[in-house]
Amino acid sequence: MKGNRLSWFGVNGALLAAAALAVAPLVWMVSVSLMAAGESSTYPPPLLPDAPSLDHYRALLERGGIARQFLNSLGLAVAVTIISTTLNTMAGYAFAKLHFRGRERLFSTMLAALVIPGQVAMLPLFLMLKGMGLVNTYAGAMVPGLAGIFGIFLVRQYARTIPNELIEAARMDGAGEFRTFFSIVLPVLKPVLVTLAVFSFLGSWNDFMWPLIVLNDGDLYTLPVALASLSREHVQDTELMMAGAVVTVLPVLLLFLALQRYYMQGLLMGSVKQ
Amino acid sequence: MNRQQLAAWAFIAPALAVIALFFVVPVVAALLLSLTDFDLYALADLRNLRFAGLDNYVHVLSMPLFWRAFGNTSYFVVIGVPLSIAVSLACAVLLQSKLARFKPFVRTALFAPVVTTLVAVALIWRYLFHVRYGWVNHLLSQVGILPIDWLGDPDWSMPTIILFAVWKNFGGNMIIFIAALQAIPEDLYEAARLDAAGPWAQFRHITLPSIAPTLLLVSILTIAGYFQLFAEPYVMTRGGPLQSTVSLLYLMYEEGFRWWNLGVASAVAFVLFIVIVVVTRVLLFATRAEGRS
Amino acid sequence: MLRFWAMGREGEVAAELVAGFEREHPGVRVRVEQLPWSAAHEKILTAVAGDATPDIAQMGNTWLAEMDALHALEPLEGLVDVQQRLPAADHFEGIWQTNQVGGRLVGVPWYVDTRLLFYRADLLRDAGHPQAPRSWVEWQAAMQALHAGAVPHPMILPLDEFQPLLALALQQPEPLLRDGGRRGNFDTPGFRRALDFYVEMYRRGWAPSAGEGEFGNVAQEFGRGRFAFYITGPWYIGEFRRRLPAAMQERWNTAPLPGPDGPGMSVAGGSSLVVFRRSKLKPEAARLIEYLCRHDVQQRFYGLTGNLPPRRSVWTQPPLATDDKARAFRDQLERVRPSPAVPEWERIVQEMQLVAERIVRGRMPVPQALQALNARTDAMLEKRRWLLDRGSS
Repeated sequence: MKGNRLSWFGVNGALLAAAALAVAPLVWMVSVSLMAAGESSTYPPPLLPDAPSLDHYRALLERGGIARQFLNSLGLAVAVTIISTTLNTMAGYAFAKLHFRGRERLFSTMLAALVIPGQVAMLPLFLMLKGMGLVNTYAGAMVPGLAGIFGIFLVRQYARTIPNELIEAARMDGAGEFRTFFSIVLPVLKPVLVTLAVFSFLGSWNDFMWPLIVLNDGDLYTLPVALASLSREHVQDTELMMAGAVVTVLPVLLLFLALQRYYMQGLLMGSVKQ
Repeated sequence: MNRQQLAAWAFIAPALAVIALFFVVPVVAALLLSLTDFDLYALADLRNLRFAGLDNYVHVLSMPLFWRAFGNTSYFVVIGVPLSIAVSLACAVLLQSKLARFKPFVRTALFAPVVTTLVAVALIWRYLFHVRYGWVNHLLSQVGILPIDWLGDPDWSMPTIILFAVWKNFGGNMIIFIAALQAIPEDLYEAARLDAAGPWAQFRHITLPSIAPTLLLVSILTIAGYFQLFAEPYVMTRGGPLQSTVSLLYLMYEEGFRWWNLGVASAVAFVLFIVIVVVTRVLLFATRAEGRS
Repeated sequence: MLRFWAMGREGEVAAELVAGFEREHPGVRVRVEQLPWSAAHEKILTAVAGDATPDIAQMGNTWLAEMDALHALEPLEGLVDVQQRLPAADHFEGIWQTNQVGGRLVGVPWYVDTRLLFYRADLLRDAGHPQAPRSWVEWQAAMQALHAGAVPHPMILPLDEFQPLLALALQQPEPLLRDGGRRGNFDTPGFRRALDFYVEMYRRGWAPSAGEGEFGNVAQEFGRGRFAFYITGPWYIGEFRRRLPAAMQERWNTAPLPGPDGPGMSVAGGSSLVVFRRSKLKPEAARLIEYLCRHDVQQRFYGLTGNLPPRRSVWTQPPLATDDKARAFRDQLERVRPSPAVPEWERIVQEMQLVAERIVRGRMPVPQALQALNARTDAMLEKRRWLLDRGSS
């Protein structure tokens, strides 16, 4: 019993240290974004701003067009989320509960395809979109995110736990498949829907490589691309960069904090069902 | 086709169409591209295109930079994956401990890096690890260690990226481990305690075997993911210094989108794909063989 | 709505300049898109590949050959009023030549660029060198004196910038590519000499081994006296004027690049303005080019950026005529050499710098490195050889 106090401090100390390490860079990011230009490039490096100011945020708004980029990121993420959640949920449910020939084979093939790195497809996809005239458009930026094998997998895993009787009962009552899906199945799938939506939103908001390739009009840039571009130009303006980083990171962090119960639940559920 | 089958196809058709058109077709096209010498000249005029057969693959496999990239990526995987999994597992175990307090807060904090935008946090790390004004060197100097040129020294650049990747990603696997740990029945631990087994023995004989399938899954996913290293070198080091952080995917990006040698770039992409498949297959085979014995 | 892509500092001021154009041409709006230099080449190529080019763009003149090979540019002879408004004779010769590819005028020079020595005159004087160095020998002596004295690392030489080494290489008699641009020519005594001189600066500790990002704010560090020499271009006149306090302005100056036996050659750089073939607003783009190359606008441009006009006539008037910091540039511009005009040049020069970096970091002995560089260059030029020998272009 004596060792217990030591263990208590050990465990919680380690956890708090890990949490601090995990969060420290983010806190530093906010701190630097409020510093005066050049303040962070002094030795010894300061921890807190001398005279906190929102100058850099103002600069980003007025000269950097960050409001536009924020809206681009938001718009794209919302559109992709709505479309992909819809498509993935329908497909996931079908793979779980609707019987058709070749269902299992098709699904295993799709799972196997998860190993293919998405970037293999990027070059030809770019050329394909060029042919369709979709390079440098919002539609072109959305394309790879509209449906995903992993999302379908998540939904299928979750949907399999729905008791068959529920669906059979609806069918007996004469409801069509779509009716059944919308009124009976969807409400039950809510937790995984939220997980999928958050997942999808995060994925789109944070996506970097594809928008970098397909968007070349500054007006269409999403936040990560704009930030990367800004960082190449202004590599010396640390404080400005950190302000840009805050604008990019804060929204998703807040979204995550607000919805984490569902997100965690969905992930946990999905993996336990292994 | 009965009504259910019709409905089933209606449900999966949109998703399948998207995946087929925007994933399958391009992948097949990439394979075809890799058999030609498609480049800038061909982009201007398709008559400048030549069929190259396996020439691109031969060229790729004899490029010193390819082997450099392969080595760099392997270095990243071999060190990064075990490190990342160890940290994730350690945090998961600690969080599951009955002694742990403030669980939701700690769990959120530990998961936060996963949610952040990679470009933004890569920038933060670039400044934190600055050789003169970075906090890391400042703290090290307080304990008497000379400043390290984290991102400017070819020997330290990849370790820095590994540290960054671990920090960014460990939360994801941690959650999966938490779920797996929660599924272990408590009486197993009770029995062990009655047998006077210490925490380390409990870990080795109960925890590890119970989560073995999860461990395998996480390993495979993490390995496959880490082989696809790209954004970190792109934002933090642009492949340098001295190409010490050029990864296979970064090589593909440079060949494809910087120099527009699409034939060569596609070949690199496929070689990467083959590498990932082989490694994961070998891993599966090895663990299955071990499991049997 | 004319889409105009501009890079770096030029991108920042372009918006101001085009405001004047919009006033003179009501009904034409211009939208300026700023690109960072380090990503500009990629972005432009991606735009060409994706059929998403703007109407008009700033273009480094070393990229013109490449763009022409892609049939991306509209020949400007009939479009822009060259005879009246932009006579060839008024431009620096070497610069005008770089804009002619395959006998067509594909760009109009917007500003010229070359690299020469920016230095802290006061620190140099204190180290016993009242004049800026004029030859390699003098330069080395100055660096050694500073190194032994107040400035341990007098030279800022980022390992990921290829211009300094390129300038030193262009000072040599041998060309960098041979056989009509079909093969590499890096294993010549001249290039070897340039490379040795370059590597020496690191070996003797005059330049620290670091990339661009590691220097922090160059102007700040230059002002603080951590460096005394910097090989860079005219836009730094503007940078130093803006970022350094008034008291410091007397303490720095510019000097022509020292050569092996006296003032030497430097790179014939600069940017041109080009119109893309896929543009639907070509006449408007041409008017914008004429506007941006007008005397008064060129002078404003200089005032805002420190970029140097490609037209001699603009040089004869104030403010340029009386700007003492620009004098060295006027001198240097009569001694500039273009880099080889092959589409693969951008890639070849990156490879060259990589090899140099490897040598500096002691990872590769010099003769082996040069062999490798030649081999790589030959490989990169293989398709060009095939096309040229086949008879197409």
